[in-house]
Parts: sequence; C-alpha cells; structure tokens
Amino acid sequence: MTASPKNQRLLLVAAAIVALIGATLLAMWGLSGKAAYFRTPQDIAAGRADIGQPLRLGGMVKAGSVQKQPDGVSIRFVVTDGPADVPVLFRGIVPDLFKERGGVVAEGRLQKGGVFVADNILAKHDERYMPPQMGNLQAEQKTRETVQK
Amino acid sequence: MIAEAGLAALWLAAALALLQLGVALAGPRVGDVRSIAVPAAVAQGFLTLFAFAALIALFVRTDLSVQLVAANSHSLKPFIYRFSGAWGNHEGSMLLWVTVLAVAGAALALLERRLPAETIRATLGAQAALALGFFGFLLIASNPFARLYPAPAEGQGLNPLLQDPGLAFHPPTLYLGYVGLSVAFSLAVGALITRDVGPALARAMRPWVLGAWVLLTLGITAGSYWAYYELGWGGWWFWDPVENASLMPWLAATALLHSVNVLAARGGLRAWTIMLAVVAFSMSMVGTFLVRSGILTSVHSFAVDPRRGTFILGLLVLYVGGALALFAWRVGTVREGARFKLVSREGALVANNLLLSVILGTVFVGTLYPIFVEAVAGEKISVGPPYFNAVSGPIVLLLALLLFIGPLLNWRVDRRPNLRRVALPLGVALLALLATILSGASMSLLARLGLATAAGLAVASFLPLVGRSLRRAPLATWGMVISHLGVAVAIAGAACDTAFTRETLTAVRPGETAIVGPWTVRFVGVDPVAGPNWTAVEGHLRATRGDRSERFDPQSRAFSDPPTETSEAAIRTFADGQLYTVLGRQESDGRWQLRLWWKPFVTLIWLGGFLIALGGAVAMLGRLWREWRQRVRAREAWA
Repeated sequence: MTASPKNQRLLLVAAAIVALIGATLLAMWGLSGKAAYFRTPQDIAAGRADIGQPLRLGGMVKAGSVQKQPDGVSIRFVVTDGPADVPVLFRGIVPDLFKERGGVVAEGRLQKGGVFVADNILAKHDERYMPPQMGNLQAEQKTRETVQK
Repeated sequence: MIAEAGLAALWLAAALALLQLGVALAGPRVGDVRSIAVPAAVAQGFLTLFAFAALIALFVRTDLSVQLVAANSHSLKPFIYRFSGAWGNHEGSMLLWVTVLAVAGAALALLERRLPAETIRATLGAQAALALGFFGFLLIASNPFARLYPAPAEGQGLNPLLQDPGLAFHPPTLYLGYVGLSVAFSLAVGALITRDVGPALARAMRPWVLGAWVLLTLGITAGSYWAYYELGWGGWWFWDPVENASLMPWLAATALLHSVNVLAARGGLRAWTIMLAVVAFSMSMVGTFLVRSGILTSVHSFAVDPRRGTFILGLLVLYVGGALALFAWRVGTVREGARFKLVSREGALVANNLLLSVILGTVFVGTLYPIFVEAVAGEKISVGPPYFNAVSGPIVLLLALLLFIGPLLNWRVDRRPNLRRVALPLGVALLALLATILSGASMSLLARLGLATAAGLAVASFLPLVGRSLRRAPLATWGMVISHLGVAVAIAGAACDTAFTRETLTAVRPGETAIVGPWTVRFVGVDPVAGPNWTAVEGHLRATRGDRSERFDPQSRAFSDPPTETSEAAIRTFADGQLYTVLGRQESDGRWQLRLWWKPFVTLIWLGGFLIALGGAVAMLGRLWREWRQRVRAREAWA
C-alpha cells in the first residue's frame, strides 16, 4: 500500500465517493420500507391507503366523538378533515393538547374494517396549530385578534 | 426606550459588519486589518450583547407595548421564565443566534494571532458576511423589538412546555455550539481565499471546533433529557426533524474534530478538513432553516411565516453555495497532504470520518426526504424511528468497533500494530454477547450487539493509557479516553433502555396497585395543588420493592395563559434504573390513568453524553495549556 500522494488523494476521493453512494443506497433501502405516508381522512375515503401499512393520519378530532372504553386507558374518536371521517382506536394516555376540535396526528395502521388503530398520538405542541388543509390563515387570524385584544 | 435602544444597537452592529466586510474586500490598500476590522468585530459583539440584554430586560419587566413580549409572556410568570422566555420564541431565539455569532466573531478577532494577517483579514471578512446576512434576517424579517399599539392589558403567556429550567440552559448551549462552528467555517473560507491550508490553520481551528463540539454535545444531551422528563412519553430520542437538525452539525463536527487532528499533527487530509469545516456550519444553517422556516411544525417552530423561510433559504444558498463554489475553485491549489499507510492512526481516522459521513448522509436524507417529496410529488410522508434506527444503528456499532483499535495505532505508519492488546476488549465483548444470550432475556439483536460492544469499548477506551505514566499522559489523551468511554456508556444506556424497559398502562382507584418490573405501585389518591401560574391535580403513589418504599407525586398541570395542560412526570433514579410515573386523566367512573415505566440503567445515556463532552473539554484545556506554555517558553528564550 505504498501510494504516491497523488494516488493517495485519489484513493481518499474514491473512498469518499463509495461512502456517499453507500449512504444513499442505505437511505433508499430504509426509505422504501420504513417511511410512513401521511394521509387525511379524505385520502382514506378515496382508497389512497393500504391496509396494514404504517401510516400517519392527520386531521381534527371531531367534536363529540371521543368515547372512553371500559378498560380506562383506551379511547375511540373520529378524525375529520371536513368532508371525510375516520374512526380511530387508541390505547394509551392521550397527550395534553389532545382535545375535541384540536389538530391531531395519529400514527398507526388502518385495519380491514376501516378502523384506524393508533399506537401513538401526536397532538401538535402549539395550541395554534391547525392542519394545513383547514387553513393556517384562520389560526393566524385568531392569534392576531388575541394579541390585539 | 429600551426597545428602541436595542433596535438601534442592532442596526449599528449591522453597519459595522458591512464596514468589516468592506475592509476585508478592499484588501491591504486600507492598511492593517487590526486597525479597523478587529475593533469593528469587537464592537459588534458588545452591541448585540446589549441588544440581547435589552430584550431580556423587556421580558423581565413584561413590557407589553412590545409585540414579542405581549405574544409570549405574562406578568404572572415566575421570574426565571420571564428571563429565559426571552429566547422561547422565534425572534428572541434568532437574536440569541445572532448574538452568539457576533460574540464568536469578536472573540475570533481578539484571540486569533497565529495566522498570517492576510488569512485573518479574509477570515474576518467571511465572518462579517455571515453576520451581515443574519443581521438582515433579524432586522427585516424578525424584528424582536417591534412595538404594539395600543399595548394589551396582559400578555398571552409562554407555552407551558417551555416553562422549565431546561429552557434556560438548552437553547443557549446548543446555539453556542451551532454558531461556534461559524468560526471554523470562516477560517476555512479565509484559508481557501489566501491559499493557506496547512497545519497552522488546523491548530488555529482546533480549539474552536472542540469548544463548539463540547457545547453542542452538552446542548443535545440536555435537550434529550428535557424531552425525556417533560413530555412524559418515556422516550429520550424521537428522531424528530428538529432533533436531527441538532444531530447533523454534531456529526459533522465530530468528523471535523478528528480530521483536524490529522491536519494539525501530520499535515494530511487538507481538502477534506476544509470541506468538513464548511459542511459543519452549513449543517447548523440547514438546522436553523428547518427549525425557523416554519417548514416543520413542532415545539421548536414558533410561527409560520413563509417570508422567513424564503429569507433563510436564500442565506443558506448564498453561504453554502458560495463556500462550496470557492472550495471547488480553489481545491486544486490546496497542497497534497502528507501520505500515510492504510493501517495507521490516519487510516483509522479516515475510516471514522467516512462512517460518520455515512450516518450524516442517511440522517440528512431521512430528514429532508419528506420535504422533498412534498415539494415534488405533493405527497406527505414521515420518516421516523424505524428508518433512522435501522439505518444508523449498525453503523454506530461499526464505529464503536473501530474505536477498539484506532486509538492504539501509531501516526503515519504502523509497521507492527500491537493488535494483541485488542484481544482483551474483543474478548470482553464476546463474553458480554454470550452472557446476553445465556441469560435468556429476550431483546432485539441490535440491543444485544449494543450491550456487547459497549462492554468491549468500555475496556478498550482505557487501553491508550496502558503502559504510560498516567501523570505524564497528555491531557488530550485523557480527553480522548474519557470521550470514548462516554460513547461506551451512552451505547450501554440506550441498549439497556431498549432491552429491559418495562411499561404498565392502567386505570386504578385509590388503594389499588399496579406492577411494573420489580416494583409494586399503590395508588393512594389525588390532591389539588397550585403554583404561581398553574393549578394541578397531584397523584400520590407508593412504590415498593422488597423492603424499600418510595413516594411519587406525578402531576397533571393546567395553565391558564395560554390555556394548556401538561403532565409533570415523577421520576426517581436508583442505582439500577429509573422509575418513571405519569398521572393521566380521571375516568368518569372515578379511576385514574397511570402510566409507569421501569427503566434499568437509562441514565447511562445522559451520563455518556456528559462524559463525551467532558472529554472534549479536558482535551481543549490540555491543548490551550500546552500552547500557552510554549508561548511563554518562546518568550523567555527571546528574552
């Protein structure tokens, strides 16, 4: 392995390129199987979600839809984006900012009967958050009003 | 008046940055760089510090005629959060960013004396160009001092998740690290301009990289622990894009930290080191773009304003593009580095750099891919822990295995590498692997390998000290030993958390018990409690294990401004792990939700992070001390 400085530099460049390609291939392999698609209730109504695949379901918690289950730690609720609804079943303590009419992202899988079983619920940290479809303008407007009150 | 004075200070500092840039561009015609550029840089540091102090004063006094204060503060907030709330919002945190940038620039101008005057001139010019762009961003798109007429009677309050001592520590530390890397960036750009890439540059760059890296490590560790106890989710790393935004500069800085040593000690890896210095700060800016542009919605993105995103993206393209173009143009003039054999310290460090770059690449792709897909295909996807764990976990272990041998090799060429010493840690790792299999505990393969690697690395990290006088070993070597041990400790903690954590989720009435791991937890009842700006329901738990009995009081807090509920987990650390308790909601039938975790040895994660940072600090002190002594000796020899 005696290489002139010039060759050594070429070797290093080659190693760097191999590493770069390796990283890209690795990333592509990971992304192909492990990325979760973000779906809205309308997407699901339109059949744009595979049963049993990891998904993120985003929308608002429908008013009056939250039902507690007898075990005390499971809930059912409905995620809506206006035109479409999806029933969700979740076992766990819902996050602090989870509330009816609040924005929510549920991570989980869609079951055969059309029920979405969530293993994780992310209520947006920011209480001013609304799903983009429902218009950030509205939220900003509200914020501005509160500031000016 | 305070707000106007702060704003005026910022404008003045921006003007000085422009002057500094002009002096650098004008070149030697305007005379000695020290007479104008250095005072200009120092004045910028003081002016931005003044502006930052002004903003803190406004927040502490809750001056509601300032828009930012009205939107993010409240007069009933405890003092520390009125203080730290100054940077708990977009404008304030950008002011902190700019302040750190200007102070780093001032320190660079004052302290850097080893490099030739022309390189310093070009470096200060690059630093001024950076500062100017971010001053512009602050003044044009994110003015923290904007007034509000008429002033409201009360402010909107600070997001309760941010009302935590962590806010006082985590962002400033992280920013010091992020922006400290700007000095390495400017030095690299300066050296490219003057075609002066060599060991002297590396020695000038090293303390800055080390310092920034130590603070970045501390900031990330603190942020991880903060998320762990404050969010009440029991997790310590979520691969949230914002976390990745801080991890990417750290990975690049870690690679830079190692390659800069090759350049300083052996004159090798010249172009590579320059490239890494550019990449490291670029990653800081990418992180700032991701977090501040509103492209992500998270606890860290405070406002959605497309103008800001466009502005930062513009700065990003200008600086990163400019630096890369300069690199491409000048890389041919960078002299060939000194050569070395594959099996040598340099060879091991090259491998370290390549592996870190691969991790950086995969994290970068995973973080930006969703944004890319949404822009191109209009499809929203999220890339989460399954991707990042699967892709980066094995490489981290590979990197840890490299740590068994790398530090034992000699510089330049290792004719007879002393591989017998590696047998000990390898044996320990294999024994540990065997133990995890024989114990019959069910755990993932990655966790098993993690435990084994950590055990081996814990032994291997001490080997560079074997056969040396411990007192004579340089502090830099001690620093390396401590940091590498920290890696072993952190991996052990992460593997234990994955392998041994037990979770119980249940709903109980007072008097009932739940079992988690070795603990029996009895729910005693709840009481109402109140704090300065919140009320809470406090649960009382009695946890027993053997004859040991401990009391836990997790709370469910309700804040009124803004109206938000948070849960305050009750956590206690024991010699063999942490018991983590969260009080949920009350059911209509009177039962309370309880979530309990028993997490054996989880604290090792943050202890490891702290050790990694401590090692860096020790190495930096060692280097600075040595240089100072050399300078004193040189002066004595002169006299």
